[in-house]
Amino acid sequence: MKVGIPSEIYQGELRVAATPKTITRLQKQGFEVSIQKGAGQRANISDSDYREAGAQLIDTAAEIYAKSDIVLKVKEPSLEEITLMKEGLVLLSYLWPAQNMVLMEALAKQKVNSVAMDAIPRISRAQKMDVLSSMANIAGYRAVIEASFYFGRFLNGQITAAGKVEPAKVLVIGAGVAGLAAIGAANSLGAIVRAFDTRKEVAEQIESMGASFLTVEIDEDGATSSGYSKEMSKEFIEAEMKLFLEQAQDVDIIVTTAQIPGREAPKLILDYHVEAMKSGSVIVDLAASTGGNCQLTKNGEVYTTSNGVTIIGKLNQLPNQASQLYGNNLCHLLDDMGKAEKFRIDMEDAVISRAMVTYDGKINWPPAPLQVSPSAGKTEKNTGPSPEELKQREEQKAKSIAISMMIRIAVVGLLLLFVGKYAPPSFIQHFTVFVLAIFVGWQVISNVSHALHTPLMAVTNAISGIIVVGGLLQTKNDFSNTMTIIASIAILVAAINIVGGFVVTHRMLKMFRK
Amino acid sequence: MFIIKEIQTAAYLFACILFILSLSGLSSQESAKRGVMYGILGMIVAVLATIFGQSVEGHIYIVIALAIASVIGVIVARKVEMTAMPQLVAILHSFVGLAAVLVGFGSYLDPLTQKLQGIEHSIHLVEVFVGVFIGTITLTGSVIAWGKLDGKVQSKPWNFKGLQSMNFILFSTCIVLGVFFYQASTLELGIIYLLIMTAIASFIGVVLVMAIGGGDMPVVVSMLNSYSGWAASAAGFMLGNDLLIVTGALVGSSGAILSIHMCKAMNRSFFSVIFASGAGGSSQGGEKKAIEGEVTSLGHEEVAQLLKESKSIVIVPGYGMATAKAQYLIYELVQTLKKEGKNVRFAIHPVAGRLPGHMNVLLAEANVPYDIVLEMDEINDDMSETDVVMVVGANDVVNPSAQDDPASSIYGMPVIEVWKAEKVIILKRGMSAGYSGEENPLFYKNNSEMLYGDAKSSVEKLLSYLK
Repeated sequence: MKVGIPSEIYQGELRVAATPKTITRLQKQGFEVSIQKGAGQRANISDSDYREAGAQLIDTAAEIYAKSDIVLKVKEPSLEEITLMKEGLVLLSYLWPAQNMVLMEALAKQKVNSVAMDAIPRISRAQKMDVLSSMANIAGYRAVIEASFYFGRFLNGQITAAGKVEPAKVLVIGAGVAGLAAIGAANSLGAIVRAFDTRKEVAEQIESMGASFLTVEIDEDGATSSGYSKEMSKEFIEAEMKLFLEQAQDVDIIVTTAQIPGREAPKLILDYHVEAMKSGSVIVDLAASTGGNCQLTKNGEVYTTSNGVTIIGKLNQLPNQASQLYGNNLCHLLDDMGKAEKFRIDMEDAVISRAMVTYDGKINWPPAPLQVSPSAGKTEKNTGPSPEELKQREEQKAKSIAISMMIRIAVVGLLLLFVGKYAPPSFIQHFTVFVLAIFVGWQVISNVSHALHTPLMAVTNAISGIIVVGGLLQTKNDFSNTMTIIASIAILVAAINIVGGFVVTHRMLKMFRK
Repeated sequence: MFIIKEIQTAAYLFACILFILSLSGLSSQESAKRGVMYGILGMIVAVLATIFGQSVEGHIYIVIALAIASVIGVIVARKVEMTAMPQLVAILHSFVGLAAVLVGFGSYLDPLTQKLQGIEHSIHLVEVFVGVFIGTITLTGSVIAWGKLDGKVQSKPWNFKGLQSMNFILFSTCIVLGVFFYQASTLELGIIYLLIMTAIASFIGVVLVMAIGGGDMPVVVSMLNSYSGWAASAAGFMLGNDLLIVTGALVGSSGAILSIHMCKAMNRSFFSVIFASGAGGSSQGGEKKAIEGEVTSLGHEEVAQLLKESKSIVIVPGYGMATAKAQYLIYELVQTLKKEGKNVRFAIHPVAGRLPGHMNVLLAEANVPYDIVLEMDEINDDMSETDVVMVVGANDVVNPSAQDDPASSIYGMPVIEVWKAEKVIILKRGMSAGYSGEENPLFYKNNSEMLYGDAKSSVEKLLSYLK
């Protein structure tokens, strides 16, 4: 099997679909790799690097398209490029099928089997080939670096002889992969980071990355089964806008990452938000290519507004790093498709069948839906019983719990009454002590830390040796008395237990140290 | 020299308070040592107050028995290895059971109790019977648990179809015997009934524990602990001794709640463990998921290289680490890695090992500071940011079937999600299944690699490559 990598013809695309490292990997998988001369130039990879890695260097893209069985690309091909492709070629590339129907038709007509790397379903198994995640990760990181460049101040707070420096405040909107990466980067630079997302489930992830989770006081969850957020109600958006206004007045840097697949990015930062920001503040709009989250964003441009706010609508993609990750994603996908020897397009496979947007001359888009969100079950609940019904049910439940509680207490009470009526006073007295002791034991143990379970058990074991008292009370002066013999043995074994238990616990605890 | 009854009672109360303080002291690392001291003090007070009590005779025998016992106890407890701790605890439980049985018989034979009349006599008989019953089950159950933990008895659950009904019949027989015992006209006849019951109860104890798999041993040990408490409590009722009642109840209820905690950690119902309704506690039946992928393995040098390149490492120890006694070497490995600035932590599953908290004890023995030893819940969120997870002799606690295969017998049990890490290295001798007998799809995952060999020698080799 031959894998070919043509140069990217779009000048703004700095990445390349293979690096020397991924080429070595492809060869290990059994593929023969050829690459067009100069393909890696914009990602700082020289032809000699590729040659050393064992790739064959080819002069023209036409030759690559004609000879290879599989072609790896980054940006979607142009219509001219498609005409170069041979029938039955497997193309792995970004395709954005929803926006590029013309391209899809051309690919299908050419009988190219094309995999849209951007259409890989976002399920756990496919994470290793999820280019959106790997690229978003880079974008999120770079957004903060870029912002800090234009911001022109420290991000972390410092107290120096020359005075105190306030830490910068960063607001990240949208906590997908890019958002989380931005939070992580900003946090490690020392900024105070806040993050907003309509999906409640990500609060924990946001906090784990070191940011505080901002939310509005309206109970509405934006999570959907696709893993993206849905559009929210009007009330929610109003509350959201108000929150952003408050934040805009306070923060120094805003990074927006909110995107809805196949649609224009939602407008979250409006003109009056930008107006409210301090001079010198920075907005990085990662959704610039799909229209921008900020009303004033200009795609592909960095400019400063009249009130001194810099809005960044283009990002350096870290082409070398991005190529490496993208190349790895491609390797993983080829790995999943059976490597060179057993290479096969399995249209039964949940991942392949959804990402294979043209196959056998037909367009295979849009794919069947697949649930990926961990809390997918939640959406069903929302369509079920209304809040009133739920409340009613809960009340009923509480009622039935209360009733069963009453019954239990009544039974226990009756039992005790029965005991009280027939048992002698001495028994009742012992019984009282017994029951109270059970409750004490229960309460005392409830919050023992897990690490101490073994020592605890050894101690309770030693304490249960208290049965020695029974033996002590039974010994008589006369050793020939059966009772004395029995009692002595009882004392012996119980005491071994006591001494052994305590000594061993002591030994164990001596070892625990901080 | 005797002390009066009132002072004895006061001393008992003091001992009870000390015991309660002892148990509550053990709820945190800082106060644990104090807790043990309270316990020892309480025991000394209790024993002395009893010995100097008015009705006690035969001091010479008592002193001899106590002296011999102390010597044996100290020797055993000093010599035992930390890895053999579960066995020791189990066998010590059996001693309490034995003592309870003996005290029960003694109390029945005691001329004083035979003078009891009417309802008091009846209650006493019931107390003796119940006390001996619980004591016997504790005794034989603990012996079997010890055998299983020590590898002397096969650890696989011993189960057959009629097990439940057989237990039921045996149990009913004991109740019937109890009625006979209650109505026995002479002391000799009573003793005979009591002995028969003891024999049956011994058998029940054996069967109960035999039917429980090795994986559930932590629960069984803590449950036997609870039984030993109830046995002591029953003895207290026989002898009309509040100290025994209170202490027994403390131990009994604490053991019970500990068992319930552990069952929760395994997502098993308490009753299904105790009554051994098989390993399929929460299994929903149906076809088992077929395992896809292939098992790949790495050599020691490659793993060492991997460790060198990673920043964040998590080690998941299991029973295999205990059997290989690898904890010291592992800590050496951890120290070596830490020196190079890596973040190395331990992840402990609540039921790893054969005793609750077993792994913590072993790691503590190797001087691992407990702030790098984290519980499952604390570390699961960090798994996705971990570069390498080393699984040392653990199996079921890292089995992904628990989350995604409803047909698996461990489905629903919380597990350490090691597969979310970048790379998983599994130190293992071969491809055998874990205690639950379940296949582990983890080994077949793309990001997991096996490192075959005994845990100890594997770690030794890793160390040599890292140094």
